[in-house]
Amino acid sequence: MDKVRYFIRVVIARAYVRVIGAQRELSWVIGDTLLPFLSVSAFVLVYRAMKAPPEYTGFVVLGGLLMTFWLHMIWTMAMQLFWEKEMGNLARYLMTPLSRPALLLGMALGGIIMTSSRAMIIYLASRLVFNMRFQVDEPWMAVGIFIVTLAALYGMGMTLSSLFFMAGRGVLYGMQLFYEPVFFLGGFYFPVRQLGMILATAAAALIPTTLGLDALRQTMLGAYRTGLLRPSVELAILTAMAIMFITISIIAVHRMEELGRRYGKLVLKEQ
Amino acid sequence: MAAGSIIEVENLRRVFRIDRMARREAGKELIALDDVSLRVQPGEIFGLLGPNGAGKTTLIRILCTLLAPTAGRAAIDGLDVVKDTARVRRLINMVSGGETCGYGILTARENLRLFTELYGIPWRVARPRVEYMLKVVGLEKKQSVRTNKLSSGMRQRLNFARGFINHPRVLFLDEPTIGLDVHSARQVRSFIKMWVSQHRDSAILLTTHYMFEAEELCDHVAIIDQGRLQACDTPAELKKSVQKQTTLELTIYGLEPLPESWHTLSGVIKLVARQDHVSQMTHLNAVCTSPEVSGELIRTVATDGRRLLDLRTVQPTLEDVFINLTGRSLTEVEMLPDIS
Ligand SMILES: Nc1ncnc2c1ncn2[C@@H]1O[C@H](COP(=O)(O)OP(=O)(O)OP(=O)(O)O)[C@@H](O)[C@H]1O
Ligand SMILES: [Mg+2]
Repeated sequence: MDKVRYFIRVVIARAYVRVIGAQRELSWVIGDTLLPFLSVSAFVLVYRAMKAPPEYTGFVVLGGLLMTFWLHMIWTMAMQLFWEKEMGNLARYLMTPLSRPALLLGMALGGIIMTSSRAMIIYLASRLVFNMRFQVDEPWMAVGIFIVTLAALYGMGMTLSSLFFMAGRGVLYGMQLFYEPVFFLGGFYFPVRQLGMILATAAAALIPTTLGLDALRQTMLGAYRTGLLRPSVELAILTAMAIMFITISIIAVHRMEELGRRYGKLVLKEQ
Repeated sequence: MAAGSIIEVENLRRVFRIDRMARREAGKELIALDDVSLRVQPGEIFGLLGPNGAGKTTLIRILCTLLAPTAGRAAIDGLDVVKDTARVRRLINMVSGGETCGYGILTARENLRLFTELYGIPWRVARPRVEYMLKVVGLEKKQSVRTNKLSSGMRQRLNFARGFINHPRVLFLDEPTIGLDVHSARQVRSFIKMWVSQHRDSAILLTTHYMFEAEELCDHVAIIDQGRLQACDTPAELKKSVQKQTTLELTIYGLEPLPESWHTLSGVIKLVARQDHVSQMTHLNAVCTSPEVSGELIRTVATDGRRLLDLRTVQPTLEDVFINLTGRSLTEVEMLPDIS
C-alpha cells in the first residue's frame, strides 16, 4: 500500500511541474497553438477549395489535434530523460528510491494534461472560425479510442525516452531525418488509406496516432466512413499496442539505468 | 569489516573506457579509482582532498548508486551499493556545489517540495523541513520567487538545502562551497558542522579543493591523487607527518622558470613553484630539512639575480602534506592544462 502511495506521489509531483509550468508561461501556449491552428486552417481551406464534403473540415481538425500530441510526444516526452540529464536533474532523481516507471508516467501525464489544454484551444478556435462540429455517434467508443491512443502514444514516448537517452546526442540530429516522413505517414491531413494498403498498414503499425486518428475519424465525423479497419478492431489493436509499449518502456528504463551505471553515462562527466 | 562504520569502501576500482568522442585516445582505459579503501564512522565529517581528476567525484557517484564500480565493494550502513541499491537510496543524498536543482519555472519552495515528494515524504512531515532549510540557506524571503529569477549563488544554496530534506544518514557534498561568496560559504560550513553535531548517527562525506575547509570541518581527511589513496587520517596526524620538516614560503619577483639547480640544493626536500600572473610574482614552497636552509636559499636567489620579496616559515597545512606525498601542489596541479 505504501508503495502504491509513493508511486502516485511521484507521478503527481513530476506531472505538476509540467502543468504549473504551462500555466506560468502562457506565451508558450500561444506559440504552441497558433502554428498548428494555422496549418489546420491551410488544409481546411485547401479541402474547401477542392469542394470536398463538409466533414473534411472535422477531418482536418482531428488530424491537427492528434498532431499536437504526436509532436509533443516526439519532441518532449521522447527527449525527456536526455534533457533531464543535461539539466542535471536526472542524477537527483535516480539517486532517490523512486520508481522509475512512476517518474516516466509523471512526465507523460504532465505532458498529456498540458497538450490537451492546447488541443482544446485549437478545437475551440476551429469551432469558432470554421463553424466545425463533430458528429459523434458512439461517444464512449470515441472516448475509449482517444484514451487508448494516448496510452499507446505515450507508452511509445516513454520507451523512446530511454532509447534516445542511451543513443545520446546523436539522436538530436537523427530526429531531423525522422521528422518529415512521419508527417507524411501519419496521415494527419489526408486519409491514410490513400497511402495504399501496404504503406498504410506499416504506418499504422508504427505510429499509434495513425490508427487512433483513423478510428476517431470514423466515429466522430458522421458521414465519413473511409477508414482503414473497423473502429472496434482498431481499438483492439491500439490496446495491444498500449500494453506492449508500456511494458517495453518499463524494461527499457531499467535497462537504461543499468547500462548508464556501468558505462558512467547517467551523469554528465563535468558535473 | 569493523562494525559501526557507516561507509565502508574496500579495494574500490573504477575504470572508464575512453569512447569515440576522443578519437585519438579511443579504446584506451582511464583508471579513475585504483584500489581505494576507507571507512567513515557515524557522527563524522570525512573529507576527500585531491586535485582535479583525482577521482573524488567518481567515488561519490559510486557510493550514490549512480555509477557501478569495476571492482571492489562499497557499503552504506552495511548495505552494498550494487546489490542493495533500493535500500541504500533511502539513506543517502548528494549535493554537488556549483550546481542548481529542479526547474526554473518553479519557486524555491516548490522545488524543495518536489524533491520531498520524490522521496515519498508526506507534505505534513516535509513542510517544516522545507521551511527550516529555506531559513538556513537564507532564502526565506525569496521562497516564492521562481528559481530562474534567483542569482546563481542563491540557486546553489537552494540545491544545498535539497541535500538535507530527506534527513539522510549519509550526505555527500561534492565541493559544497565552490562559487559561493565568503559569507555564504562560511554559513554553509557552519551549518554542516552543526548538522552533524545534531545528527550523531549520520555522516557527511565532502570533497573540497580548499585546504582550510578540510582542516576546519573534517574529522578525517583522505588525500587522493590520480585515483589512489595517498593517506587517510585526522588533519592533525597528517600534519604531524610533515612537522619534522620546515616549510619555507618565498616570494620572488618575476615569472621566469626556476633554474634546475634550485631543486637540488642541499637541505631542500621539495620545491614547488606557483606563478601568480596577476602580481607577476612566483611563490615558492620549499620543504626543507631545517630552518637553517633559509640562508642558503636567500643566497641562491641573490646569486641568480632574482629579487626576493618575502620569506617566511609556514605552519604545515594539508597542502604541505599533499606536496610531501605527491611532490606537487594541489593548486599547481589545478593550473596545468588537462593533458590526460
Ligand atoms: N563518465 C566518465 N567517463 C569517462 N571518464 C570519466 C567519467 N567520469 C570521470 N571520468 C574521468 O575520471 C577521472 C576522475 O574524475 P573525477 O570527476 O572523479 O575527478 P575529481 O577528483 O572529482 O576532480 P575535480 O576536482 O575536477 O572535480 C578523470 O580523469 C575524469 O576525466
Ligand atoms: Mg569532482
